[in-house]
Order: sequence, then C-alpha cells, then structure tokens
Amino acid sequence: MLLDKDRIFTNLYGRQDWRLEAAKQRGAWNSTKELMQFGPEWICDQIKASGLRGRGGAGFPTGLKWTFMPKVVKDRPHYLVVNADESEPGTCKDRDIMRHDPHLLIEGCLIAAFAMRANKCYIYLRGEYIYEREVLEKAIAEAYAAGLVGKNACGSGWDFDIYAHHGAGAYICGEETALLESLEGKKGQPRLKPPFPANAGLYGCPTTVNNVESIAVAPTILRRGAGWFAGFGRPNNTGTKVFCISGHVERPCNVEEEMSIPLKTLIEEHCGGVRGGWGNLKSIIPGGSSVPMIPKDICDTVLMDFDALRDVKSGLGTAAVIVMDKSTDLVRAIARIAYFYKHESCGQCTPCREGTGWMWRVLERMVKGEAETSEIDTLLDVASQVEGHTICALGDAAAWPIQGLIRHFRQEIEDRITNYRQGRPHVQGHTLAAE
Amino acid sequence: MSHRRFHHPENHEAFAFSSASEEQIAWWERKYPAERRASTVIPALWITQKQNAGWLSEPALRAVADRLGMTYIRVYEIATFYTMFNLEPVGKYHFQVCGTTPCALRGADKLKDFCERKIGPKGHVSGGGKFSWVEVECLGACVNAPMIQINDYYYEDLTIETLEKIIDDFASGKEPEPGTYVKRQTSAPEGPPTSLTDESLYDGSKGKPLAAIPNAPKPPEPAQT
Repeated sequence: MLLDKDRIFTNLYGRQDWRLEAAKQRGAWNSTKELMQFGPEWICDQIKASGLRGRGGAGFPTGLKWTFMPKVVKDRPHYLVVNADESEPGTCKDRDIMRHDPHLLIEGCLIAAFAMRANKCYIYLRGEYIYEREVLEKAIAEAYAAGLVGKNACGSGWDFDIYAHHGAGAYICGEETALLESLEGKKGQPRLKPPFPANAGLYGCPTTVNNVESIAVAPTILRRGAGWFAGFGRPNNTGTKVFCISGHVERPCNVEEEMSIPLKTLIEEHCGGVRGGWGNLKSIIPGGSSVPMIPKDICDTVLMDFDALRDVKSGLGTAAVIVMDKSTDLVRAIARIAYFYKHESCGQCTPCREGTGWMWRVLERMVKGEAETSEIDTLLDVASQVEGHTICALGDAAAWPIQGLIRHFRQEIEDRITNYRQGRPHVQGHTLAAE
Repeated sequence: MSHRRFHHPENHEAFAFSSASEEQIAWWERKYPAERRASTVIPALWITQKQNAGWLSEPALRAVADRLGMTYIRVYEIATFYTMFNLEPVGKYHFQVCGTTPCALRGADKLKDFCERKIGPKGHVSGGGKFSWVEVECLGACVNAPMIQINDYYYEDLTIETLEKIIDDFASGKEPEPGTYVKRQTSAPEGPPTSLTDESLYDGSKGKPLAAIPNAPKPPEPAQT
C-alpha cells in the first residue's frame, strides 16, 4: 500500500486549489530549472532508470521512447504531443490530473519537450472535456504569466510554447497517428507505420506522443530520484499508477496506488469491496474495455501490473478496473462493448469496419439466445481474423473482450442458446447472421 | 463506424460569423503554424456550432471552409466523422447520456428509459425547443457513473430522482450545478477518505527548494597538475 508521502498527485480529488500558488506549495515547479541543467540525455537516463512505462495502455518504456527523437534539430522542428483524448471505457484518470493538478502536467510537458529537444507542445484533449480544457487553459496562462513557459522557460534558456487543442468525440483519436491526423485538421484515421512519429509525425516533423499521466509524473521522478519511483511495484512494472475502479463496487473511485498491488487489496481498501462481498464477484475487466475479462478465481490473487495480467491473458491497459458482480449479464456487457467498437471504428480497414458490426450483431442475438451453438466458434474465428489485420489496434481491442468472454464464460452463452430453444419448435439461427 | 449525414440541407438558413466567433477562431488560429490553418477546423466548427444553437448547417460548414481556406468537402467529412458535431437541430439543453458498459452496469439504462418518458424519443427536440437527448459512447467519467453531459458540463452519479429534479430545474429556467449528485468529492470514494489525508502534503514543505538533485552527475574532476 502506498503512503500519502509517496503520492505524486496530491490533489487528485480537487480538495485543494489547482491554481499556480497552491500547486507550488504542493511541490509543482519546484527547482525545474535545476532539473533541466544537466541536459536532455540526463533526463532520458533518469526516466529510463525509473522504469516508467507509458500509462496510456501499451506500456512502452517512456524514457526509451524519448530517445527515439533525433539528437539534433535540423530543418524540421520537434513536437511533443500529449494524448489527453481519454476515451477508453472505464478510464477517467487524466481528467482528474488536468482539472485538479494541471501544473504537474504543464511542468512535465516542459521537461519532456526539453528532453526531446522540442520547443512546441500540443495537448490534445477529448472534445467532451470542456471544463478540464477551461482549467488547463487558465493554468497555461498562469504559467506563461509567471515565466515558467514561453521564452526562456523557468530561466533555463529553453524556449517552450504549449497549447491546448481539442477533438470532437472520436475514440479513435486516442491512437497516436489518428490523433496527429486530427490535430492537422483531418478525419482521425490512423496512419500506416513506419514511418513512426519520431521520424515523421505532426506536420511531417519528428514528434513524440505521450499519455498525460506519463508526462505528469516525470518532474516528480526527477525531483525524488529514479530509485524512489523504481522502488514501487515489481521489476519491469515499477512506480505508482492512478487506478480507476468502476462498476459493481461499494464506492467507485480513482486512486493512486503502487503498481503490482493485488487486485483484491485495491478493491477492498479503496472501494469498500465488491457490492455484496467478494464472494458476489463474477468477473473483472482489469484495464479498460479493450482487455479481456478475468473470472473471480484469477481476481482472487492477480497483481495489478503489466506482466502479471499478461500472464493471465489479459492486460493492465489504462488500469481501469470494471467490476461485475453475479447479477451481471456478461454477454450483454460485452455486447455493449462490441457496440462501442462498432460505433468508434474509423472505417478505414475492412476487417475492422465490417468485423466490429458483424461481431456486435451476433452478440446481440446471443444475448437473447437466438443463435446456434456453432456460431460461438464462428464468432471466435471472426474475432481472430479481425485481430492483427488492421492498421491500428482498434481491431485487436474489439476482438479481445469477445475472446475473453468466450474463454471464461462460454458455458453462459451455450446455456442461453439452449434455454431459448426449449419449447420452441423452430428456431432460425444462421439465417439471421448476415445482414 | 457511425454514419451521419445532413437530411434536408436545402432548408438550412444562411449563416454568418458573429464578431465574437470571429475573435475566438482567430485566437485558435494563432496556436498553429501559419501555413497549417486546417488545424483550426475542429475548434472552429465547435465555435460555429455554439453560435448556431448547438448544431451545424450546410451554410455554416461553408462559412468555416471559406474562413480557413479549405474545400467544403474536407470540412463536411470532418463534421460527419466527429460525433460531437450535430447535423440536426438540438434542444436548448442537449442531454448526452453515456450508455457504455461502465455506466450501463450502474443504471444508465434506467436513465435512458426515463429520458424517453420525460423528454421524448431519442434525437427529437421537445418542450418547445428546450430539450433533446441522445445516447453517446463513454464520456470518461466512469467512476462517477451513471452520468450525463448536458450542454458543456458533466452531471454525475445520477439516479432517476436526481435526473428528474435536474430536468425540472432546467424547465423552470434554473441552471442546476454540474458535478456529482451524491455526497462525495469529485472522483474520491464516498465516505471517509482512503488516501491523501496527510496534512504535511499541504503545509508548503514540498515547495521548499531541493537540497540536492538526486542522481546529479558528478562535477568533472579538477585537472591534475
């Protein structure tokens, strides 16, 4: 369990003031100039040594990512783009950082931009976060007025401009290249990689896209030392993390905890346990809607980190824990997630555009039981053909929850199909499949 | 993918930017390199939608295209791609009910049923132009589920009772406060806090200059003579 003195986001809930003076009292912008004096390589080395892995879902080592940027600025300027398009169902952590601790984010932007030799930063917020954008714009204005950003930011000699940008309700813009397309004023459709953004990103210039939380923890890591951050969690899964626990718990909440905390401890300590007691638990989606669900017997012991969840064929994702108790209709819950992906597919790749709709329609019939048992295998087959055959990971993200459902709760779908058939002399199955 | 188009664009009224909208678009434009004016398109459409009673008409899209030096089709494809842009009139108070799984697990279906009864069918304007509602995908406030975005702001931890009160308040000309509708601080757990209770976090001690930077590189050895 993490102690208060080791929490980075000390104003996660907005009990204190978010404005500059109060943020400084809590340690933001403390000695920023001194942190920058040893140069970009030193910063990248510290972040690497801290073991910080990207907090936006994929878990790529952040310090390493920063070193992919060219070492010298040539004819094209470098850009830092912060991904605040938080739309993964279950996830609402970046929102709290932006509305309650915006100065930690802005300071992190300066340090990260300096580490990758960028003079400009765009923070791309999802369009719905209007209040969060208003706060962030005010905080940016405060930082400019205080000389913390702008020309000679913090007296470091580095010029740094930072801007908030917003989207307009497209989940796909959380994918880094779709986000860049959107920022350039186009439809948010992911780009083929390579070239990777570090070579050709925003406006064709070297760009790094990072999640809000990855950026916002960076200054505190430098201030307290890479070893301090690396001291939490298991090796390769270090640090602290903001978890979002929603669904059937007594008291849903966001909380910053140490990585590798047992899932059960997290829920019992901070959320008052599962509704109706731990015994009433049916299944948990541990990392946002894109990762496969895990049944109760795995939840009993699993640790909340990248490797432990990967070992049980799920993932940490954004650490958005969606808890479902025994009253939940799991098929319906996953059918709703399938609808989400159908709605949010950008339409660029055929397997995803057609596959997400197909999978949703089949699942809707399975909710009622109006299907053939053999269609479960067909569904699995289609899911595996969508997975890995698209430009971006939305296809994978649409397939995984369905695979997770069938892996652990196939019986439930079969029972429903059997029950539906009982007492009915004639059932149309397959004929309804193709629309 | 979502599929949205204009229905009867021939009936749309003419559109011209107000000076306030002009000013805001110019403010956004300054954020991007001069030769990258298209980057302003989403903020510009949003400002236009605000001015045009919450939705975008064909003349409005053309005005944005002209303003930013883009072809109409580029602006049209953006307005139809991004779901926050409404292509039909909406109510003065436009309710976006989150229906994705985390909200559904905590009763979003009841809110949808209630909206249907109280406001009317999905996507229709009722109450003399005052209300409309739609179901939207995850709005990113999952620990405060179920929730509704009404115009710009989030109304969280709702029940049918609190939602009814909110609708009645809007109907009678009041502006109910956004935020959570149960006793809790934003995204903190209800009841006694489980974290961030240590007062020394807030006494200013964290703002004191650092005695030393951890892992600072060693200064170079003085040259041997």
